[in-house]
Amino acid sequence: MLVPQDVIYLYDGSYDGALCCVFEAFRAHERPREIWTEDTAQPSLCQTKQIWTDTEKANRVAAVLRPKISARAEETVASLYWCAVPQKELLMLDFIALGLKEGRRVTTMLGDPVIAAVADAVKHLYKEAHNYKGFVRFSVHDNALAAVIEPKNYVLPLLRSHFCARYRNETFLLYDKTHGAALVYHHGKSEVLPIEELELPVPDAAEQEVRALYRQFFRTIAIEARENPRCQMNHVPKRYWSQMLELQEDEALLGAPKEPKQLKQRAPQ
Amino acid sequence: MDLMEKLTILTDSAKYDVACTSSGSNTPNPVGMGIGSTVNCGICHTFSADGRCVSLLKVLMTNRCAYDCAYCVNRRSNDVPRASFTPDELAQLTMDFYRRNYIEGLFLSSGVGRNPDYATEQIIKTLELLRGPYHFTGYIHAKAIPGADPVLIDRLGRLANRLSVNIELPSGESLAKLAPNKTKQAILTPMKSIQSAIAESKSGLVKYKHAEKFAPAGQSTQMIIGASPETDYQILHLTEGLYKKFSLKRVFFSAYIPVAESRLLPSLDTKPPLLREHRLYQADWLLRYYHFEADEILDAENQDFNPFLDPKCNWAINHMEQFPVEVNTASQETLLRVPGIGPLSAKRIMMARRSRKLDFDALRRIGVVLKRAQYFITCNGRMEHGLIVTPEATLRALVDRHPIAEAQQMSLFDLPAEIAQKEAIACLSRKM
Repeated sequence: MLVPQDVIYLYDGSYDGALCCVFEAFRAHERPREIWTEDTAQPSLCQTKQIWTDTEKANRVAAVLRPKISARAEETVASLYWCAVPQKELLMLDFIALGLKEGRRVTTMLGDPVIAAVADAVKHLYKEAHNYKGFVRFSVHDNALAAVIEPKNYVLPLLRSHFCARYRNETFLLYDKTHGAALVYHHGKSEVLPIEELELPVPDAAEQEVRALYRQFFRTIAIEARENPRCQMNHVPKRYWSQMLELQEDEALLGAPKEPKQLKQRAPQ
Repeated sequence: MDLMEKLTILTDSAKYDVACTSSGSNTPNPVGMGIGSTVNCGICHTFSADGRCVSLLKVLMTNRCAYDCAYCVNRRSNDVPRASFTPDELAQLTMDFYRRNYIEGLFLSSGVGRNPDYATEQIIKTLELLRGPYHFTGYIHAKAIPGADPVLIDRLGRLANRLSVNIELPSGESLAKLAPNKTKQAILTPMKSIQSAIAESKSGLVKYKHAEKFAPAGQSTQMIIGASPETDYQILHLTEGLYKKFSLKRVFFSAYIPVAESRLLPSLDTKPPLLREHRLYQADWLLRYYHFEADEILDAENQDFNPFLDPKCNWAINHMEQFPVEVNTASQETLLRVPGIGPLSAKRIMMARRSRKLDFDALRRIGVVLKRAQYFITCNGRMEHGLIVTPEATLRALVDRHPIAEAQQMSLFDLPAEIAQKEAIACLSRKM
């Protein structure tokens, strides 16, 4: 049983670091009030504890999850780290603590407040990843594909196998603007790399033509007699629109004001 | 004619086709040359201004048609611009879109240009290009055209993930009246042969791994609602029959949008019956996921859906003797009958109650929406604390506001919305 303490953990934001926070909590038998990274840290009167990342400690925590709880729980802990939910590290700690107490049935205890919160966070992550499988828009530059996304959760690891299998003979780059990382696939090998900034080149004539064809297809496929912008927005929330060329503000639903705006809408993403 | 113009014409003439699903096929990790994969749940790539999912590039091979079906925008006697894709153009366009992740695959149908065989051959040529030289391993949904040679339909099934034959209208009589070139028999024959080819290929796959796949995502169909006089009861019965007899994956409904002035059809200013279509889909879901029979949803006395209640709520208020049910002990089938509890909630309840007894707070945490469900369930023998259970209160939670708002817009009645809702509730509560 972890005793709540007025202490704040400070760690480096890495996955191993988060597991080290869990390690420290169990070592000291305490549940910290909050767990911060350098990015989320703020002035506080609480006592803070710097948690140094130590691969060996992290591995010890990771090695316990499968045998003491379940494979599913191990997966959940990894997924939680990619979630956008605030205080995910604390949620991770609570989840592991409960898991060690309850064993493998922990992932089915959906009525429990901790498990419900974990399930919500993970559901949000997977839902967003699924959306992006459809909403990513690649453009072709020198025969390589490139796209930009702005997800709330860190979805790149979940998109990796999907896009690598689909475009198995292509070269592509999928840039996550929110988290400053990119999934790069080349010659059958994929990698997730940190990238601070990325500007895509101006699309060439062939690329512009395909884009124009697609926009025209998108406009034409809608049935006027059934127009329902609200339903559309429920399915593709506005936050995705900026990277989807068919839904750019200027001519989204209003049937094309054509010439002057066309240049703008084709600007690099 | 340039490609842009062709695409516009052939998209415009394909847009009334309903199905745009890319589900039911699962090859997430294809290997070797080429491009493309399919996932079981399907993927929506965007949503058009009418709120419908756009998953596939949905176009016609040609909109030139020898037939003269009264309800169809592409009928011979309609004066619209005509165009045809060549197989090369369409294959290249599909690849250009697919590569950029605009689409999940191709949905290809065609007008009956010269004859059904020729139209089918053109579709086959396009698919052969995609599957051959382009090494495309993504999703393809192709229309089987009634009257085409069985050999051609067989070839089509080996190229496509899903096949569909449109049943067009809900009865043979309506078909005879509105689509003089089509007969019920001509539609059901290919449906039957596709069904047996799918079954054969499935059993073949059990025996040897490399057996050729035939339409692995199954077959579907669609019919137009509101162009002919059938009741909801008849349509639902037909739907149930199609699922049972032809093992269809989906039956789609399409609210008739007037495209032609004809004395056989509703007048041009008729609004598409969207609410009716919506109710039919709700009932279709009850058949497929909730273990309902068509006869439970509607019957000979009540042939049409209640506009104010969805079919499941309607069933529930007519069977109040079966409620409330105890969440901690009820079977999954029983839970599925509770208004507001769907397959996912039912599954979660079954899972969560194994570790501890559930109360209303726990249900909320699981994600069960209680607005409607709370009137039909107990937790540990008790209903929600403080909940006032009267027929009126129950109905207030169940009644669908949209039809009332819609009826007012069409000024069918001049009552303010609140009074109209009260009227509807009073009327329904007399039946409870």
